[in-house]
Amino acid sequence: MTMMKTVLGTAAALALSAGAALADPALIYDLGGKFDKSFNEAAFNGAERWSEETGGSYRDIELQSEAQREQALRRFAERGFNPIITTGFSMSTPIANIAADYPDTKFVTIDGFVDPEEHPNVLSILFSEHQGSFLVGMLAAMASESDTVGFVGGMDIPLIRKFACGYAQGVKAVNEDATVISNMTGTTPAAWNDPVKGSELAQAQISQGADVIFAAAGGTGLGVLQTVADEGAHGIGVDSNQNYLHPDQMLTSMLKRVDVAVADAMEAGADLETGVQVLGLAEDGVGYAVDEYNESLITEEMAAAVEEAKAQIISGEIEVHDYTSDDSCPVLDF
Amino acid sequence: MDFATILQVLDSTVRLATPLLLACLAGLFSERSGVIDIGLEGKMLIAAFASAAFAYYFSQNPVAGIGPIWMGLLMGVLASLAFSGLHGLASITFRGNQLISGVALNFLASGLSVLVAQSWFHEGGRTPSLPDEGRFDGIVLPGALGPADAEAAGRPLSELIAQANPIQQIYSELISGHSILVYVAFLMVPATWWVLFRTRFGLRLRAVGEAPEAVDTAGVSVTALRYGALVIAGVLCGLAGAYLATGLQAGFVREMTAGRGYIALAALIFAKWRPWYALMACLLFGFLQAIALRYQNIDLGAFTVPVQFMDALPYILTVVILAGFVGKAIPPRAGGDPYVKER
Repeated sequence: MTMMKTVLGTAAALALSAGAALADPALIYDLGGKFDKSFNEAAFNGAERWSEETGGSYRDIELQSEAQREQALRRFAERGFNPIITTGFSMSTPIANIAADYPDTKFVTIDGFVDPEEHPNVLSILFSEHQGSFLVGMLAAMASESDTVGFVGGMDIPLIRKFACGYAQGVKAVNEDATVISNMTGTTPAAWNDPVKGSELAQAQISQGADVIFAAAGGTGLGVLQTVADEGAHGIGVDSNQNYLHPDQMLTSMLKRVDVAVADAMEAGADLETGVQVLGLAEDGVGYAVDEYNESLITEEMAAAVEEAKAQIISGEIEVHDYTSDDSCPVLDF
Repeated sequence: MDFATILQVLDSTVRLATPLLLACLAGLFSERSGVIDIGLEGKMLIAAFASAAFAYYFSQNPVAGIGPIWMGLLMGVLASLAFSGLHGLASITFRGNQLISGVALNFLASGLSVLVAQSWFHEGGRTPSLPDEGRFDGIVLPGALGPADAEAAGRPLSELIAQANPIQQIYSELISGHSILVYVAFLMVPATWWVLFRTRFGLRLRAVGEAPEAVDTAGVSVTALRYGALVIAGVLCGLAGAYLATGLQAGFVREMTAGRGYIALAALIFAKWRPWYALMACLLFGFLQAIALRYQNIDLGAFTVPVQFMDALPYILTVVILAGFVGKAIPPRAGGDPYVKER
C-alpha cells in the first residue's frame, strides 16, 4: 500500500510539474504524420531548430484520426500551452470551434484560414504556393528539351490546383507553346499514398513526351520521382527539399518554409501577433531549392532568369494568378 | 489514339493487373476452400513492407550467393505466410468469424508495417529507397528490343520501338520487358486451373468449400485442406506485395497497397471464383485503371466521363454482377462457416 502511495504520489507530482510548464508552445501535426519527408516534417524541423537555438521545450502530438482534432486542441489549451501551432488546412474548423473558449491562448493554423474578426486570438499562416510553383515552372520549361512538361498532383483539392496553376503559368511565361500535362492521382486521401499509381502517371506523361515532372503528391510523389529517375527524365520535389532523393536527376524542389513559420511562432511565444499572415516570395515563405545535388542542372542563364522573375513578382510587375482566388486557372483546364 | 498509345496503355494494364491477379488467385484458393479472405490487402501490405525492408537490409549487408532481391522476396512471402497462419488459427482452429479475422489482419498490417519501419529506418514509416540490386529488373525476352539495344543505338528505347514493325512493337513493348513476377503471375493462371480441376488435391479443396462434412466423412482432414489453401494464398499475396514494393517501386511507403486487395476481391466475385475468368476480370480492372490514368476525363463529344467514374467502375461492375443482372455469382457454399465436426 505504501508502495502504491509512493508511485501514485510521484505520478501526481510529475503530472503537476508537467502542467506547470506554462507558456511552452505546443505543436499538432496533421494526419500525414510527423515524418512525412515533407509538410509535417518541415514543421517538426522548425520546432527542433527553435528548441536547439533557444533551449526552450515544446510538446507535440501526431493526430491519428479526425475525431482527435478538437480533443488535442482543448487538452493543450487547458494545460496552459501557448501558442498552440497546428499544421494542415483541416485544423481551421476545430480551431474556430474552440478558440473563443480560451481567449488567453494563441492558436496558429498553418495552411488553414480562421476569420480574424471573429477570433482575435488566432493567427492564420498562408503560403503563396502559386508564386513558388511559378518559379519551378520556369525552370522546368527552360530545362525541357521536348517542350512538354508534366504535373502530378495528389488528392484533387483546390490547394493542389493552386500548385498546378502557378506551375503552368511559369512554364507558359518561358515558352508560350509548351505543353503542360496535368494529372491528379485521385479524389480520396488514399491519393497521397499510392506510389504505384504515381509511377504509372509519370510513365504515361513521359510517353506523351514530358521530360520534366513536378510532383506535389506526398507519398505518391516518391513513386513519381522514382519513375522519372529510372526513365532518365527530371523531377521536381515539393514542400521540403527533396533534391537528395535522386542526385543529378532532380531539377529542383519547390520549398514551402513551414519550418520558418513554426520557428517564428515559437520564438514570439505568448506575445504572438495574431491575424492573417501570407508568406510569399517576398517573405521567403516559398522558393526553389539549389544545392549540391542539382547545381549541375541549373545553368547560370536559368538561375538569372528565375531570380529576375522572382524580383518582378515581389515588386508586383508579374502577377501570378492564384487558383483559390476564383477557382479557375487561365492557362490550365482541370 | 495511335497504335503506340494503345500499346502503352496495354503495357500499363499488364503492370497494374499483376498485383490484382496474384491477390485474386490467392483469394480464389482460400475462398474455394471455404475460408473467406478479406485480409488480402493486409497480407499484401505486410509482404510489401517485409520484402522492401529485407531487400534493403541485404543490399547493405550482402550474403554471398543470394541476391538481396531474392532474400527480400523470401521474407515478403514469409511475412504474408505468417499472416495467413494467424488467419487460419483464428478462423479454422478457433472457429472465429472469418470476416472479423480478415479485417483485423488489415488493421494489423497497416499499423505494424509503419511502426516497424519507423523503428528500423527512422524515415517516417517508409523504407529507404532501394538500390538497383534490391529491385526486380525488367526481363528482355530473346529477340525483343531492350535497354541494351537502345544504348548501342544511342537513342531512347521508346524511339527504337516506335520505329520497329508492328509485331516487334507488340513483342517489345507489351510482352517483353516486365519483371519476372509478372510472368510468374500469368503462369499462375493455368497452374491454378490445373491444380483445382485436374488434381486430387484440387477436387478435395473444392469439395471442402462446398460440403466440408462430406469431405470429413470420406476421412480427409478439413482443417489440413483449409490450412493448405491458406498457405497457397499466403505465398501468392507475398508475391503480389513484393511486386508492388520491389518490382514496381523502389521501397515501401505506408498504405502503399491503396485498396488493391479489395479490388482483387471484387475481381474474384466478378470472375465467379474461376481462374481464367479471374485473369479476364483483373485485366479488365487493370485496363480501366490504365485508361483512367492516361485520360483523366474522357471526352465523348456529347458528355465527359469524369475520372471518378472510371475509378469506381470496378466496384459498380461487381455490384451489377452481385445483383444478378449479368449471370449469377454463387460463392462456394461453405464459405464463411467454420467447420464443426459432429460428435
